[in-house]
Amino acid sequence: MLKIKNLKAGIEEVQILKGINLEVNSGEVHAIMGPNGSGKSTLSSVIAGKEDYEVGNGSVDFLGENLLDMDPEERAHKGVFLSFQYPIEIPGISVSNFIKTSLTEKRKALGQDPLPVKDLLKMMREKMELLSIKKGYLSRNMNEGFSGGEKKRNEIFQMAMLEPKLSILDETDSGLDIDALRIVANGVNKLRTKDNATILITHYQRLLEHIVPDFVHVLHDGKIIKSGGKELALELEEKGYDWITKK
Amino acid sequence: MSDIKKQTEDELLEEVTTSEYKYGFTTDIESDTIPKGLSEDVVRTISSKKNEPEWMLEYRLNAYNAWLEMKEPDWANVSYEKPNYQDVIYYSAPKQKPVLDSLDDLDPEMKKTFDKLGISLEEQKRLANVAVDIVMDSVSVATSFKETLAEKGIIFCSISDAIQEHPELVKKYLGTVVPVRDNFFSALNSAVFSDGSFCYIPKGVQCPMELSTYFRINEAGTGQFERTLLIADEGSQVSYLEGCTAPMRDENQLHAAVVELIALDNADIKYSTVQNWYPGDKDGNGGVFNFVTKRGVCHKNAKISWTQVETGSAVTWKYPSCILKGDNSIGEFFSVAVTNNKQQADTGTKMVHLGKNTKSTIIAKGISAGYSDGNYRGLVRIAKGATNSRNFSQCDSLLMGDKCGSHTFPYIEVKNNSSQVEHEATTSKIGEDQIFYCNQRGIGTEEAIALIVNGYCKDVLNQLPMEFAVEAQKLLEISLEGSVG
Repeated sequence: MLKIKNLKAGIEEVQILKGINLEVNSGEVHAIMGPNGSGKSTLSSVIAGKEDYEVGNGSVDFLGENLLDMDPEERAHKGVFLSFQYPIEIPGISVSNFIKTSLTEKRKALGQDPLPVKDLLKMMREKMELLSIKKGYLSRNMNEGFSGGEKKRNEIFQMAMLEPKLSILDETDSGLDIDALRIVANGVNKLRTKDNATILITHYQRLLEHIVPDFVHVLHDGKIIKSGGKELALELEEKGYDWITKK
Repeated sequence: MSDIKKQTEDELLEEVTTSEYKYGFTTDIESDTIPKGLSEDVVRTISSKKNEPEWMLEYRLNAYNAWLEMKEPDWANVSYEKPNYQDVIYYSAPKQKPVLDSLDDLDPEMKKTFDKLGISLEEQKRLANVAVDIVMDSVSVATSFKETLAEKGIIFCSISDAIQEHPELVKKYLGTVVPVRDNFFSALNSAVFSDGSFCYIPKGVQCPMELSTYFRINEAGTGQFERTLLIADEGSQVSYLEGCTAPMRDENQLHAAVVELIALDNADIKYSTVQNWYPGDKDGNGGVFNFVTKRGVCHKNAKISWTQVETGSAVTWKYPSCILKGDNSIGEFFSVAVTNNKQQADTGTKMVHLGKNTKSTIIAKGISAGYSDGNYRGLVRIAKGATNSRNFSQCDSLLMGDKCGSHTFPYIEVKNNSSQVEHEATTSKIGEDQIFYCNQRGIGTEEAIALIVNGYCKDVLNQLPMEFAVEAQKLLEISLEGSVG
């Protein structure tokens, strides 16, 4: 699904990603771990198409197309979803209005008519149930006055509604208490199919107890320095990043 | 800032200038027009063409003489070449049968015009709850739903008709809220006003529908001097909508309207405006000068609420105001003012608290894009006797790009120490982060801006009646199209 080859990127002449290679297939869950400043968030931003980053070498192929040639919204239409580490407030725009706009734009790009309001509401209700979201939430303004946990849950709710092929969850576990973490992780697990894939970006092993990855990669100084199975995360937890980075 | 960002902003500015006015066309209708210029003779001609009684002529001549001694104000934070008042045509009426039996009798050309505006009469009729009094170049050409209103004793007609048929009401109230000598433009309007709307809601009557007027400037070089007089008698209630679009013109067109609202004891008036007159081209050529005096007076327990969405005009000079004369009266002002390209706006409100326990609320949202300049100017005055009065003001500005400007001039005068005045102001830019977030959710930049702007204006748009709010939203999108690349 996603093939990243020798990806180099930076911001204002500071190189952050120094040659990333990563292949993600349908049905897989990959965890990318690493210490602060290793380039985890940059990687997710570059895949999503944030303009601040200048991409040098390398290629990102998504379902046979060059992702780097596309606008961020086009990438979204093709099925790339980023759950933001710090979700953005959009004052005055309700969650339901935002998601409706988002879904309508995606469907338009795919040549589909907008979902009838009745079906849209039904879908929203189902997905809310999935994430234990209370009534009244839909009419709140996007992330305005949301707690940390609510913001993250809102991200996963949007993911559930947009049904992306590739989801990148950037530090979705940060700022969540254990109950919220369980709910979010449960949601993510329920949304897993053999046709979609997930990249989890995280500091800690904690999230991986709830969402079990097929592969774990360690990112350090802009490069993936070690890859392994889920047991790698446990090893990291036990020994710390120094164990690898100082090798 | 990265090169990429800089590049985007350059593109942004490039695109701003390509956003052209969408309603630029003229209707080919024969007009009955008098020569350019203003003199006592012209005032007399207007009055006689309209077959006005002597007292009306005297009112006009008195205003004309006052105007001669007055100077055009220049304290507003706008710069423009002052119009040559001898180069303006002061009267123009479409040559039409004076009275239409039904809307179907409307000139087909005129009908087309309304269709282009997307507010076809059919649509209006289907909205059922809306009575439309269409003013095209100064004279009312169609008035509908009159009978339904008449059953309730409501008078909704052109001001010309009101002068003929209800002289006692016009005489009693005209010029009581905005006196002839109030300002340069109100004096001019009082001398030459061609037409406008008149509305009277009898005691205790709730107007069963929104009263709506669509204004449109049509004749090249024709000044528009609309006069509106709205009286809500004791305990009555009315919601009035005013919407405007004008065709594209090369020379500046002058518009100096006067609107007077009278809310008697316990009455409630809601006055909503959507204004998108031709703003001029991207270089600031042409466009409408909108110099408007709007003011209402509230008697005991009365309420006046102004809502405006202003996206048009080259230069706007407009301060819908409330005189809170009666005890416990309430004044409200909700405004969205958008400027793009080289538009200039100096707009705001005045809340004058005279009665005890009077309350006022001001929510003003400015949006500036391109090379434009948006100014909020507001006065809150609390008189000595206005004990326990309260005001809350919130003025927000949203900037798009780095070539536009936004200023806030709040004046506060409090002469009473039991009163409370609050003022909040914010200035923000549409964040790259917000746009990227929307982009990531599949929402393109144009739509993202429309969405963010709508959210920003929500408090004001919510004040508008439903179908008007939808139109206003569309208008905001049109006016800001291409303003961010």
